[in-house]
Amino acid sequence: MLEAPEAGVAAGAPARTSAPAAPRRRFRAPGEENRAAYVFLAPALLLIGVFFFLPVAAALVLSFTDFDLYSVADPANVRWVGLRNYARLLDTPLFWQAMGNTLYFALVGGPLSIGVSLAAALLLNSRLVRFKGFFRTVYFTPFVTTLVAVAIVWRYLYHTRYGLLNYVLGWVGIGPVDWLGDPRWAMPAIILMAVWKSFGYNMLIFIAGLQAIPEELYEAARIDGASALQRFRHVTLPQLGPTLLFVGVVTLIGFFQLFVEPYVMTMGGPLRATTSVVLLMYEEGFRWWRMGYAAAVAFVLFLVTLAATLVQLRLRKEEG
Amino acid sequence: MTGSRAVKALLYAQLAVGAVLALLPMVWMVSASLMPAGEASTFPPRLFPREVTFEHYVALFTRLHLGRYFLNSAGIALAVTSVSLLVNSMAGYAFAKLRFRGRDRTFRLLATGLVVPVQVAMLPLFLLMKQLGLVNTYWGVVIPGMASIFGIFLIRQYALSIPDDLLDAARMDGAGELRIFGSIVLPTIVPILATLAIWTFLSTWNDFMWPLIVLSDERRYTLPVALANLAGEHVQDTELMMAGSVLTILPVMLVFLFLQRYYVQGVMVGSVKG
Repeated sequence: MLEAPEAGVAAGAPARTSAPAAPRRRFRAPGEENRAAYVFLAPALLLIGVFFFLPVAAALVLSFTDFDLYSVADPANVRWVGLRNYARLLDTPLFWQAMGNTLYFALVGGPLSIGVSLAAALLLNSRLVRFKGFFRTVYFTPFVTTLVAVAIVWRYLYHTRYGLLNYVLGWVGIGPVDWLGDPRWAMPAIILMAVWKSFGYNMLIFIAGLQAIPEELYEAARIDGASALQRFRHVTLPQLGPTLLFVGVVTLIGFFQLFVEPYVMTMGGPLRATTSVVLLMYEEGFRWWRMGYAAAVAFVLFLVTLAATLVQLRLRKEEG
Repeated sequence: MTGSRAVKALLYAQLAVGAVLALLPMVWMVSASLMPAGEASTFPPRLFPREVTFEHYVALFTRLHLGRYFLNSAGIALAVTSVSLLVNSMAGYAFAKLRFRGRDRTFRLLATGLVVPVQVAMLPLFLLMKQLGLVNTYWGVVIPGMASIFGIFLIRQYALSIPDDLLDAARMDGAGELRIFGSIVLPTIVPILATLAIWTFLSTWNDFMWPLIVLSDERRYTLPVALANLAGEHVQDTELMMAGSVLTILPVMLVFLFLQRYYVQGVMVGSVKG
């Protein structure tokens, strides 16, 4: 996991030029510690410690208590309940439904989004194509937009009677679909929108990854008589390995956090078909103030995210 | 060469279809926001307004106080961006170029934070903010954004390229560490600062869940929270909601279009290393 963020996220370029081997003249003796470092670090570490790591640890503690509305009013009412929140959770059909919905969204939507990103990157990386900058900007635009706003826009695009989508589907004889009102279609509709919104970011990363593949590899494959499809399978995909891993990990972590789309478009319905784990946490914690229970929900999400990340790292290791 | 021309035509056809799909929702949004009330809810759906009206924009600013939410969002995004830029660049530089005990271990610990969904922290964070009296204040939104692990990573990665000799030479000349940071480091990392600034501004502007939780007084709402709230009350007013969406998206879109060189380069350049 540690290398993933370093590997991919938007870091500055010339990083590789560090770590020169030649001995350097140093004012300080090598290895001597620079106390100024603590001054530089203090604000960031303090902020991240107090407003992120501490709350995460507190969430674990919170999940073992019955913290509720009465405790919000007076913390003296909190009692330690051990694993009872988790037991209740695993016994609640709504939790399993939310978990199922979230997995559906992440495991279908995530790969779909990555696939679209890769396809767009391959198109834009073709030597035959001009105006690459223009198309790149256009494809990246949805990623920059405000999710709440575009979720509202898509809600109208999905309208059964007046929506653009059903109108276009009508041309090919597909009858009006009640996208957000039909439990079968609500999640696919949300996935479609999420793919549209998110693919631009991974596309950029894939383009960079594709450009880093040495041209000689393709030349050699061509000389060996490899078809375009074979070149893609045996040159492009393996060379993109580390990029794919990074993209897979980051995308899945993001997709597990589904919240805004159901909050704005469906309120978790119809029949709870789009209630995600985070939406459930939000409702339990901030609408009903069952914060101990909600913390248990949040922690299960964390564990699932962690498991998904570890599985991907393991798969990658086995391949490589 | 006719084969290659056919391939080329096919490529452009695919690219064009993709571009239409990418832009259509936003084109429709802008277009519907200019339609008279009710015109977006007709069959067959209209792609362009019969006659353009700005009544919904006027209504948003006069009747629905959108200007207020706009200022809230802008203020919060600017505050988070400026503070976090300084805080993250100091830490990122320290991790890249200064020696101190526990450096690698601290860095690894920070890295693990990237796997934790931010929502896990939100319940206790809310209680903490309540204790501090910061619930329903702008500070409650700003403070958690003032430092970010991602930002520190970004700066560190870039700062690694600063030659040690440059820093050591300045130390030989008797420059203090703060002075070195201000006069050598910051000017060197300007490109990545630009990237981080845009990134932070856009993500703060677009953020929804935490402002939704911590702000309860309508007058302090950010634009996305206010918009989601309006969307609940004005479900039938398609054109009005589209105007609100345009106003929410417009600022981030302008920032992106004018500064995309930095934004895109930041994403692309770094991932090559992977």
